Amino acid sequence: MKYIDEFRNKALCGRMLSDIERAIRRKTVFMEVCGTHTVSIFRSGIRNLLPDELTLLSGPGCPVCVTSQEELDRAIALSRRDGTIIATYGDMLRVPGSGSSLEKERAAGRDIRIVYSTLDALGIAEKNSPKDVVFLGAGFETTAPASAVAVLEAENKKLHNFSLLSCHKLIPPAMKALLESGETAIDGFLCPGHVSTILGSTDYEFIAGDFKTPCVIAGFEPLDILESLLMLTRQVTSERAAVEIQYKRSVKPEGNPKARELLYRVFNRADSKWRGLGPIPSSGLKLKEEFAPFDASLKFDTGKMESYDPPGCICGDILRGVKLPFDCPLFGKRCTPDEPIGPCMVSSEGTCGAYFKYGKREQL
Amino acid sequence: MNLDRVTLSHGGGGRLMHELIEKMFVSKFSNPALDEMNDSAVIEPDPGSARLAFTIDSFVVDPYFFPGGDIGKLAVCGTVNDLAVQGAKPLFLAASFILEEGFPGEDLERIVASMAETAEAAGVEIVTGDTKVVERGSCDKLFLTTAGIGTVRRKTELTGRSIEPGDKIILNGFIGDHGIAVLSSREGLKFSTGLVSDCAPLGRLVGDMLAESPKIKWMRDPTRGGVAATLNEAVSGRDFGIKIEKKKIPVRREVRGACEMLGFDPLYIANEGKIAAIVSEDAAPAVLGAMRRNEDGADSVIIGEVVSEPAGMVILETEIGGSAILDMPRGELLPRIC
Repeated sequence: MKYIDEFRNKALCGRMLSDIERAIRRKTVFMEVCGTHTVSIFRSGIRNLLPDELTLLSGPGCPVCVTSQEELDRAIALSRRDGTIIATYGDMLRVPGSGSSLEKERAAGRDIRIVYSTLDALGIAEKNSPKDVVFLGAGFETTAPASAVAVLEAENKKLHNFSLLSCHKLIPPAMKALLESGETAIDGFLCPGHVSTILGSTDYEFIAGDFKTPCVIAGFEPLDILESLLMLTRQVTSERAAVEIQYKRSVKPEGNPKARELLYRVFNRADSKWRGLGPIPSSGLKLKEEFAPFDASLKFDTGKMESYDPPGCICGDILRGVKLPFDCPLFGKRCTPDEPIGPCMVSSEGTCGAYFKYGKREQL
Repeated sequence: MNLDRVTLSHGGGGRLMHELIEKMFVSKFSNPALDEMNDSAVIEPDPGSARLAFTIDSFVVDPYFFPGGDIGKLAVCGTVNDLAVQGAKPLFLAASFILEEGFPGEDLERIVASMAETAEAAGVEIVTGDTKVVERGSCDKLFLTTAGIGTVRRKTELTGRSIEPGDKIILNGFIGDHGIAVLSSREGLKFSTGLVSDCAPLGRLVGDMLAESPKIKWMRDPTRGGVAATLNEAVSGRDFGIKIEKKKIPVRREVRGACEMLGFDPLYIANEGKIAAIVSEDAAPAVLGAMRRNEDGADSVIIGEVVSEPAGMVILETEIGGSAILDMPRGELLPRIC
C-alpha cells in the first residue's frame, strides 16, 4: 500500500538500524512523547531491535492518561445529572475516576454516547433538545481544533443545549515541565507528528535552545521512527541540539496556521492539572469568556470534586518517565486492561497498556 | 463471581467475556460437553450412537443489511460454521426472531429470503422456530438467534489435544472483510470501500479438508475478536505457543486502509467466512491443496506454526523483523458486528 509498505520495508529498516548502531557512542535515553509512537514502537517490535545503549522512555503524550482525576470525576458527575447526555471519544469510557467510570455509569443507565467526531456530538444535541449534551473534549493540539469547530458551529446554529467540558492540554508546556523537574535524564525527544502538524516546529525551539535537548518531529511508521532515532543519535554524538523534522510529508515548520487560528479564536491558554505532572502553567485550553454559554464547567455546578488517585498506582511516575510499568506492584496483577486501576492501563496508547499488550510478560 | 453490573466489555469477546462465561455460566452448568468450551458441544445421546454437534448463536448486527450480506445470512452461516469447525456435517437449524414493534415487513421478508437461500446453499434445513414481538424500545429492531445440530464424522478428533511444535497454522484467505464491511455501512461512520463481507457457510470446505487428511488437529472460525482471539484460545493454558508472520497474513488493501485510518489491527477484526486450522506439518501441504481447490478456500495460506516457546502465547513476527505479542482482544473493540 502506498506510503505504508515503503515505510515498513525490512531492508530499509535494517539499514537504518545499523546506521544507529554506528552513530551511537554512549548510553542514550530518548523519550517518545506521544502514545501513538509508543504503540507503533511495540507493534513493529522496534524496541528489541535497537542497540543496547539506546533506551526509549514513554512520555506524557496519551490524552486519556494525563486527564486529571478531577476532570474525569466532573464528567462522571455530569453524566449523573438528569436530562444530560455525555458525548465522548471511546477511549475515555473506561478510565476509572475516583470510584466510578463512564462505562460503569452507562451500565447504570446514564446516557453516555461514543462519538467519532465533535460534529456527531452536535448532531446528538440537535436531535435531543432540550436535553443537555456535554462533549468531553480530551486530547492535545490534534483534537482541540475539532472541539473549537464544534463550539463555533453550536454558536452559529444557536444550539444552546450543547456544551464542551474542555480537558484539552498542550504538549510543549508538559515537555518543559519534565525538563525543569530534572527527574529524568532525557538525551532527546521524539516529538509527536500529529501535534506538530498543527503546531509546526517553532514551539519546540526552546527545548533545543534553553535546555540543549535535541528534538526530532517523527512520523509513525517503523521507518519514520528509526530515521528519527538516527537523527537524534547523530545530534547527540555531534553534541548539537536542534529541532529537526523527519515527518516532512505532514509537518511544515509553520504548522497549520488555520487550525491554530481556530483554536485561539475559541480558547485561551489556562493553567491545567495533569496526572503525574501536577498543575502546569498555561498548559491547558479554556473557552474564552464570549463562549461561556458553551462551557460546561461554568454552565453546570458540579461542586468541588473530592478526587483521589487510585491507591498504589504509579501512573504519575510512569508518565514522567521516572518509572517503568514493571516497577509498579499493581501492573499485570490487580491492574490489567480488563480491570484497569490507572489510566495508563486503559488507553490503547497508554504506556502500561502497551507494555502489557506487547511487552515482555515474563517479567511479571 | 464478583460482578456489579454487566458492561459492554463483558460482551466484547475479550478476556472479561471469557471470565463471565467461565465463572458465571460454566461453573453453574458444568458437564463434560460444556466444559470442553468448544464452538459447539459434541454429545453422544446414547452410548455408541452417532455423535452430534449442537450449538446456538444470537445475532444483533447493526445495520442488519450490510455489503455482502444481512443478519439472516449471518445467522445461518454463523451456526453452520460453529458446527463445521467441530468436524460436524451441519444438518438442521432452529431460528428465533425477537422483533421490535414497527419493524418493516419488507425488510423482514428480505432477511427471511436470505436465510432460506443461505440454508439451501449450506445444505441445511430450518426445521423449527419461535417468534416474539416486543414493545418499541424493548429491543433494537431485530435480534435473531439460530441453533443448529449436525452429525460428527467418525474418526474426527478436533480437540487439539495432540497439537505439537512444528504443526502448521492454515487460514483460508483474507481477514477482516466482514468487520470492516459492516463498519463501513454504519450510520455516522459511513466510508466507501467497495468491500463485501466474507460471510459464507463453510461446511463444504471443512468436509473437503477432513476428507483429505485425518491429521487436522483443531479448527475454529475466527469471528468476533478476529484471528488474534482464535489463536489465543488455541494456546491458552497449553504448553506450546504459536508464531505467525505478519507478511503472510492475507489482508485486502481496503481493510488495511480502513484499519490504518481507524486505528484497528486487522488481526482483531471479525470474519464470518474464515477458518483457522492447526494441521500436522506433514499433512499441511495436502490440506492446503484441498482447501485451495474449494472456492471458499482459494486464497488459503500457511501463516505460521506451533512453537514450544514461549508457551501460552501468540507471537507475531513484524514486517521489519521484530517480534510482538499478539494478545487477546480486550474490551469493546467495535460496535456490534455479529
